[in-house]
Amino acid sequence: MASHPMTPNSWHRNREGLGIWHGRGKVAATGVGTSPTARRWDEKPETSMGALTLIAIRKAIEDAGISPSEIDGIVITPESTTGVSNDPNTPPPEGWDQVFKMVDYPQAGITRGDIDWILVNMPELTNVQFKMEGRGCMSVSFTTAAEAVARGLTHTCLVIRGWHNLAGRYYVGQGAAAGDTLAGPQKYAGLWGAPACAGTAMIFEEYCNKYGKNHDMMAPFIVEQRKNGLMNPDGFYSQHRPEMITVEDYLSGRWIAKPANIYDNDLPIQAALAVIMTTAERAKNHRPKPAYVLTHAQTRPESQGVTPTLESWERLSDKMGRMLFEGAGIGPDDLDFENMYDGFTLFHQFHLEGLRFGANGEKGRGYALDLYQEDISITGPNPVSPSGGNNGNGRTRFWNHRDSILQVQGRSPSQISKPANIGVSGSHMPHMCDSLIWSSSPD
Amino acid sequence: MPKQSPIPDELDKPFYDACNEERLVVQYCPACSRYQFPPRNACGGCLNPGIQWKQVSGRGRIQSRVVVYDTPVSVLIPDQPFNVATIALEEEPEIIMLSHLPGTPVEQVPIGAQVEVIFETTPATGQKIPEWRVVS
Repeated sequence: MASHPMTPNSWHRNREGLGIWHGRGKVAATGVGTSPTARRWDEKPETSMGALTLIAIRKAIEDAGISPSEIDGIVITPESTTGVSNDPNTPPPEGWDQVFKMVDYPQAGITRGDIDWILVNMPELTNVQFKMEGRGCMSVSFTTAAEAVARGLTHTCLVIRGWHNLAGRYYVGQGAAAGDTLAGPQKYAGLWGAPACAGTAMIFEEYCNKYGKNHDMMAPFIVEQRKNGLMNPDGFYSQHRPEMITVEDYLSGRWIAKPANIYDNDLPIQAALAVIMTTAERAKNHRPKPAYVLTHAQTRPESQGVTPTLESWERLSDKMGRMLFEGAGIGPDDLDFENMYDGFTLFHQFHLEGLRFGANGEKGRGYALDLYQEDISITGPNPVSPSGGNNGNGRTRFWNHRDSILQVQGRSPSQISKPANIGVSGSHMPHMCDSLIWSSSPD
Repeated sequence: MPKQSPIPDELDKPFYDACNEERLVVQYCPACSRYQFPPRNACGGCLNPGIQWKQVSGRGRIQSRVVVYDTPVSVLIPDQPFNVATIALEEEPEIIMLSHLPGTPVEQVPIGAQVEVIFETTPATGQKIPEWRVVS
């Protein structure tokens, strides 16, 4: 299997005291391309994750108003699910080789994003020199591409993430969960049968006990997420299930791992996103207004046990806020919106509080669920997750970044009412997150 | 509740061997006095490769819980709904282990209560694993 270098650790901004980011205002996102969505793959080559990725790339290049030959870099997140996947040696379905050229990895374009597969199937990308993998999350690809452009390693870089969703349930009774034995690192927690949302739900429960909150207080946030997502013509719900949900729907949702219910879990889908990142100088010649990057930052796990703790999530999301503000040279009050990750919904408030978003000078923790009871809509003073996130659009971990770019470009389908000068997006969990500050101005 | 049997590997064999002797051990770094579990090849704090296994008291506290209604694990589906609780070890509260809290009904989990380790035999291979019960 061909692979390309991963993000060097030395590119991470994962501690305080680093000062203003060296690339501040010198890197921008311009073109954005989003594929159609589907609930699951129907095993046709033309609806595969790879096919969707090629659609997204072509749309991003067209949106930027540039020639494919101007692209000189690709950063991709090769993992295309967090759920079930095929064995890496599974051959492609019948007819695949009549639609796509093959590389030596048979699942390329099916259950793995692959730079070489993209290049052989997009011969118009004639000048790609810089190739790197932002592993695990598209957030990593965004921060990697921002560093690569700032360091002069690429001047016009595609940032790519595809998601596949195969037939069957995402986790239940699949793979290792189906047997009567369990090997590998998942055995330390997997034996107890907690679904993926349970770790978050347990820390949410602690949060509620600590600050006197409860699950019902999440309802306004969940409803607002769906409302914002339904404004996005590229989202799964707007394309396939354009029904609004109500507070009553949320409060009566079936439990998955109480206190996490079905609406606290994001819906796995097939989709792909591509974004053009370039230098501030070149961005002036692209069609869309530049979305400048003011800084980026990372947190990584510090846990000593099988799951993170409430203390570690609060500590690390606080650190994320401080690192971003230091690197961008801004403060909490400068954020016009926040698009931090929401899949699962029950950890969104940790990100929000780490950034002190909408805190109105409040220094402490435990205010976010009270903020959810106020006006958090796109027309209010504190637009929370205007993208609608995973919960309003389907599971991709990229809607939040996409919308932050579109917001500061002034063309989001859920554009906030007040000027969107500076915003933030980051994924995924509070202890494992890459985030960026986006701005309509390089200054 | 019959669980899947864990398959030990080279790294965690000392842990599972100790479980079969009904002793609870976790890794300990003598260089920075840090406990850790799951096991790693080096200390996650100071990267010291001279990590050791150390027996702990087998006492802890219930930190949080969920009630599972939709488990991914096939063998546990008949037992739904069931508890999954986080247990913070007495020696280091940041060391978290999981438990079904046998004997404690769902919706009646006493957060903060003391628990003690017991060892449960898993049916497929007979490997014992740590479980936890509330100390009355």
